[in-house]
Amino acid sequence: MNDREFGFRTRAIHAGTPPDAATGARAMPIYQSAAFVFGSSEEAAELFALRSYGHIYGRISNPTVSAFEERMASLERGLGAVAFSSGLAAQLCAVLCVAQNGDHLVCAANIYGGTITQFGVTLRRMGIETTFVPGDDFDAIGDAILPNTKLLFAETIGNPSGTIGDIERLSAVAHERDVPLCIDNTFASPYLCRPIEYGADLVVHSATKFICGHGTVIGGVLIESGKFAWDSGRFPLLSDPSPGYHQLRFTETFGEYAFLIRARAEVLRDVGASLAPMDAWLLIQGLETLPVRMERHSMNALAVARWLQSRPEVQWVSYPGLPEHPHYERAQKYLRGGAGAIFAFGIAGGREAGRRFINALQLWSHLANVGDAKSLVIHPASTTHSQLSDVELQGAGVAPEMVRLSVGLEDTEDLIWDLECALRASSGQSSTGSIT
Amino acid sequence: MIVRTPSQRAALLDRSRTVTVVGASDKPLRPSYVVFSYLRTQGRFAVYPINPGVGEIDGIPAFSSLAAFAREHGAPDIVDIFRKPSEVVGIVEQAIAVHAKAVWFQYGVINEQAIQRADDAGMDVVVDRCLKVESARLNGGLAAAGLNSGLITSRRTSR
Ligand SMILES: Cc1ncc(COP(=O)(O)O)c(C=O)c1O
Repeated sequence: MNDREFGFRTRAIHAGTPPDAATGARAMPIYQSAAFVFGSSEEAAELFALRSYGHIYGRISNPTVSAFEERMASLERGLGAVAFSSGLAAQLCAVLCVAQNGDHLVCAANIYGGTITQFGVTLRRMGIETTFVPGDDFDAIGDAILPNTKLLFAETIGNPSGTIGDIERLSAVAHERDVPLCIDNTFASPYLCRPIEYGADLVVHSATKFICGHGTVIGGVLIESGKFAWDSGRFPLLSDPSPGYHQLRFTETFGEYAFLIRARAEVLRDVGASLAPMDAWLLIQGLETLPVRMERHSMNALAVARWLQSRPEVQWVSYPGLPEHPHYERAQKYLRGGAGAIFAFGIAGGREAGRRFINALQLWSHLANVGDAKSLVIHPASTTHSQLSDVELQGAGVAPEMVRLSVGLEDTEDLIWDLECALRASSGQSSTGSIT
Repeated sequence: MIVRTPSQRAALLDRSRTVTVVGASDKPLRPSYVVFSYLRTQGRFAVYPINPGVGEIDGIPAFSSLAAFAREHGAPDIVDIFRKPSEVVGIVEQAIAVHAKAVWFQYGVINEQAIQRADDAGMDVVVDRCLKVESARLNGGLAAAGLNSGLITSRRTSR
């Protein structure tokens, strides 16, 4: 063992995957096994009592999944990670690790819609209340934190506005009140931003997006910094005796590992939302090219955003990599190596023009996902939000003219060619486009 | 020498065979029991409890002091300490007296005077680290739990 601090690109390829100890296989094997034999009854007892590390049953851990978890922990500069079957499962379990019936969360309001319904509807039904506060109103966030608040939740890059969470200030507001900060880092990926370096205590990802990178897996992951003091008395789930584990107190027995051990041994065990080994393997593969992909995504996105700005059919472009964006400075600070792949623009002619634009595209895929090598597009007003009137749309924060892009890795010229043809079609012009 | 880097800790564990756990408890929920039990079942070290208040732990007789241990087994390689920081200067004196090669202060067991004394006596000193965690980092246990072991290698290991 040596003490070299390896760089991000090296760790994206090597962390968590030394050659297989059993066979010497250099690529990470897919351990497609539901359960693992015990060496002896004594070893089994030690494993079940959490006194030893090892694999018991695939709902709790699996060697291929562990390799993915360790790689994510390394890339996010965390103490460890727990993988889940989706991004929403990862954030649900992050909450359930610290909060129960009667507890409270504070969440930045400009956040992924799936998170708003998970917290605001499903968790509320389970007795966990969430107060949604504008993500930049730090006084209001501080005031919203109550004695029973267990978590402050926000995103690195908001969807689809491209707002950038001020992670340093959010963590200061949370830590002043002994509350941890959880950041959804899905849109940035650890290549562009590592929230733990700015004070976040927990990081969650929809691994479905850039971590996978090819639109082939639904997965999620939760990373913890190991720096938060869970034994302050605010988190009885971590510091009181656990009835599920022979009255063990996680903070006392596991010290800095308390959160991660509880997240796996109680929350993942009981919720059951574990990641499949095959999917973990695809995510391990995806991570190896994360740095080159994120650079290329950001380059293509910036080129497309600039080009759209020059078009008469386009009303506005909201990309944090453009100096006109209100959070451009913040993006420069928190996002290193580019401003990511995802942004929105307004198409002249509103809902109807948006519908024509989408129907005229040939290369961009019309679907509800982001973070694929393929370029993706969606027009909420004519799809996910089509039942709403224009007035209702405004209330939901979705402008009728808004089109969201997830810019892929294709040739920039081809992406622009397709957009140009479709923009012409949207405004009723001939759709042949220019040949570039 | 104060042991600070991962490679120094790895080398210390590599050359050590005998570990005495000072303050080992027989109560299964105490961190000292968890560490004792883990090290023992891993089989990498010969592990002995030092605690005048308990007779035995998991069938292993506890010694009342480091001196009592040394009379039977000689000098331990590592004296792993789970005691209040205010009590550890005396334990370091005992460790020096039995010619222990290293003292390991567990999480939160921080006493500058004790650290200085052990260092001056020529022992290897590890501070505010867990012996279970550091062994697990090297034998692959941490990686199996999704924890960041920090290990990057293209060599086949025996974990
Ligand atoms: C920012 C963000 N967070 C979380 C999720 C949920 O992830 P998953 O679909 O993997 O459950 C998504 C998915 O669209 C997302 O965009």
